[in-house]
Amino acid sequence: MTNQNTTSRRDLLKGSGFLAVGFCLGLPITAASAAERRGGRGGNIDAWIRINADGTVTVLTGKMELGQGIKTALAQIAAEELDVSMERMRVVIADTEQTADEGYTAASVSVESSGSSIRQAAAETRQILLQLAGEKLAAAPDQLDVTDGVITRRGGDQRISYWELLGDQRIQRQVTGQAPLKRPEQYRVVGKSAGRLDIPDIASGKAVYVQDLRLPGMVHARVVRPPTYEAVLREVDEEAVKEVAGVIRIVREGNFLAVVAQREEQAVWAAEILRQTATWEQADSLPKYEELYEHLRRNAGERRPVQQGGDLNAGWAAAAVRVEAAYFRPYHMHGSLGPSCAVAQFKEGQLTVWSHTQGPFPLKRTLCAMFNLPQDKVRVIGVVGSGCYGHNGADDVGADAALIARWAEGRPVRVQWSRADEHTWEPYGPGMIMTLRGGLDGTGRIVAWEYDLISDGHGARPGGNADAVLAHRHRSGMKGLPGAGGVGGGTRNSEPLYNFSNGRIMAAGTRRVLRTSSLRGLGAYANVFAIECFMDELAAAARIDPVAMRLGHLADERAKAVIQAVAQAVSWERRDKLPVNHGLGIGFARYKNYATYCAVVAEVAVDPVSREIRLIKLTAAADAGQVINPDGLANQIEGGMIQSASWTLKEQVKFDARRVTCRDWEDYPILRYDQSPATQVIVLNRPGERAVGAGEASMGPTGAAIANAVFAASGKRLRTLPLGPVAAAAGDPSIARDADVAPR
Amino acid sequence: MTRKVRLHVNGQEQQVDVDPRTPLIYVLRNDLALNSPKYGCGQRQCGSCMVLMDGVAEYTCTMPVAQAEGRKIVTLEGLVRDGRLHPVQQAFIDEQAAQCGYCTSGMIITAVALLDKHPHATEAQVREAMSKVLCRCGTYSRVARAISRVARREQP
Repeated sequence: MTNQNTTSRRDLLKGSGFLAVGFCLGLPITAASAAERRGGRGGNIDAWIRINADGTVTVLTGKMELGQGIKTALAQIAAEELDVSMERMRVVIADTEQTADEGYTAASVSVESSGSSIRQAAAETRQILLQLAGEKLAAAPDQLDVTDGVITRRGGDQRISYWELLGDQRIQRQVTGQAPLKRPEQYRVVGKSAGRLDIPDIASGKAVYVQDLRLPGMVHARVVRPPTYEAVLREVDEEAVKEVAGVIRIVREGNFLAVVAQREEQAVWAAEILRQTATWEQADSLPKYEELYEHLRRNAGERRPVQQGGDLNAGWAAAAVRVEAAYFRPYHMHGSLGPSCAVAQFKEGQLTVWSHTQGPFPLKRTLCAMFNLPQDKVRVIGVVGSGCYGHNGADDVGADAALIARWAEGRPVRVQWSRADEHTWEPYGPGMIMTLRGGLDGTGRIVAWEYDLISDGHGARPGGNADAVLAHRHRSGMKGLPGAGGVGGGTRNSEPLYNFSNGRIMAAGTRRVLRTSSLRGLGAYANVFAIECFMDELAAAARIDPVAMRLGHLADERAKAVIQAVAQAVSWERRDKLPVNHGLGIGFARYKNYATYCAVVAEVAVDPVSREIRLIKLTAAADAGQVINPDGLANQIEGGMIQSASWTLKEQVKFDARRVTCRDWEDYPILRYDQSPATQVIVLNRPGERAVGAGEASMGPTGAAIANAVFAASGKRLRTLPLGPVAAAAGDPSIARDADVAPR
Repeated sequence: MTRKVRLHVNGQEQQVDVDPRTPLIYVLRNDLALNSPKYGCGQRQCGSCMVLMDGVAEYTCTMPVAQAEGRKIVTLEGLVRDGRLHPVQQAFIDEQAAQCGYCTSGMIITAVALLDKHPHATEAQVREAMSKVLCRCGTYSRVARAISRVARREQP
């Protein structure tokens, strides 16, 4: 029994003393967190901080730990305002019975939104405790100091701890917003690297993932997904499966097919027999893979302006040199290492789902809609899973488990997808085409900038809509692909941070080819890839150094600072003295144009014979405002660079006329240890500046830095992802496009 | 058909009554409650299910449990002796060499097998061994630092 997280809010009231501080429903919090909250929670108060009589402090966040280290960062924020040590900190992640509804853990906003709520609640908690202590010690709160939860009267020897103050009292208070917050110069925990709270358990085998839950009486199920997006189930040989030892039942509703067994391997074996014997009606429905980009372009919808400024005609008139190029990004997988998993139990009219979803509250609403259940009959408990990097199969498998649990007579059901399920059914990061035109005047200034984006949709999270989860679609025989299509988050970072006097950015949606949704950074990765490659192309046309070209078009000092910091770290001036076939390239962006600034330099070598690209080193400089945990930030930037290198050099979701053909890690290779470069991260701390998330900041700059380094090394400009080998193989759809587009 | 299968795991004799074709990973996880070997691909591509078998890192996702009889199995949990972490486990903590941690067991097991055999493993040996284990979060350079921490310490 390894379930650590079944306490309900009611149970907490039964313990000994505590002080719970939170926000009352409807009370304005911060703008950022208010936007994240989408109602739906009950009770008088949602506690965010709880001082426990046993000498610990619990932080309750509505966000999910996804491997990004949010538990540790939020604990640091609370420990700072409370003046307690990190050893005392405990963190409860999103649970629809215990925490506030913070929507989805997405878009790198958890430090900003959850963090600012926790900071206020912790400051309020400290103030309440100081007032209580003041009464006991006959002192004004401003005469009191706190060290690791022990309050002392300045100049005296009287002392009392937070926990002694509480005794058996059970106190619930609201955040008034009046409690003073510490100033950055007072910080002792925030801004220092703290070891992740969860890594010791991860390294010793004690960590419990949703995949590891084993509830009493639990049975195992596997889903047999249709062979294509649109296939219709005609016939199932149930008898053949019933002979498999341990099989409890087959669940068949419409095109939804699953099998429940006593043991996990029995479910796996039975599902395989079902897969081989079921008859599905299926037809060709996908375009030719080699014609993917023509397909996306041909089916593009209406172009809409994202941003316009200045006088484009005047700009083109002033242009001495014109450059044009198009860049292509294929469909990418989230590629979670652990296939999605959930445990669900339907008992006495109550549905409970243990899930690694990014949004336990939205999943709860989705399940209410799917089964027509009232809100108080469904609970979703967030449990850590394999890293997701966006909207992967987590919500789908939660719905799978819930649907199967209705047939399991009260027993908990564990469902895990197979590798092929995850590879072929997850919602991919969508294909995109970026077409750029730029004009340079005689001095190398960019006087005209046109950007045209065509993108499949980036947002199809369920968010309460049952039609967005596979189990519901398949059981009700729905056709087509979930999600409204359109550009969605595709325009993220399509507006460069550079100062161009005359520019126009346009975007169009297109007809959906594969199932898509939100993948780390949404459109930012490909937009920054295209913009930053094109900046290099313009720099080359103007015969200006790429770093100087960027600095010359930026006014934002923090932007310039990360570029200068990374250039200095790599000794950019050695660019001209590198061995033959070696190159340095740079990429830069400020994520979402209001979050983390990040500049990356890639050093590559292009093999003279095989033309393979070898990554030597990736170096980043990042400014995420006030840093909470420098090493945690570095880990995110570093991981982002390596994952982006994998997208950039290796990844594309391939398909035939009927189905996705990438079913495992051989069909869809990702970067392995021996291909991974050395990395270095320079963190620029900005005490007092807004703390912003950094989990998605390095993806785009890295992609462009690699392509620019390949150009520096080989003189070849690669514009179709994945890059390389530099001399494209016959049959590669990138050949025609990667022919040099010379300045005209 | 089930039968009794004897396993030697983390220094203890265990007996389970299972179909001998059952992949070892399910027996370790579901019968012996050892959660560290993780299901990742089921086809020896990702390495998240690795355990030590007679000191060698082996995939457990495809190996029938019957083949594990008579062999000494050590999982990530079993590397902890008297509450003390193995130096490689400690090095992963010291270098904060994890994000989601789903691959960590496979990484540490593979590194332990390598360093037991080659305490002064060369870069090339490390690259070859560690490339069996996939990490999607991108922690490879931290894993490299953790391994060189241990390898370096053992150098004369």
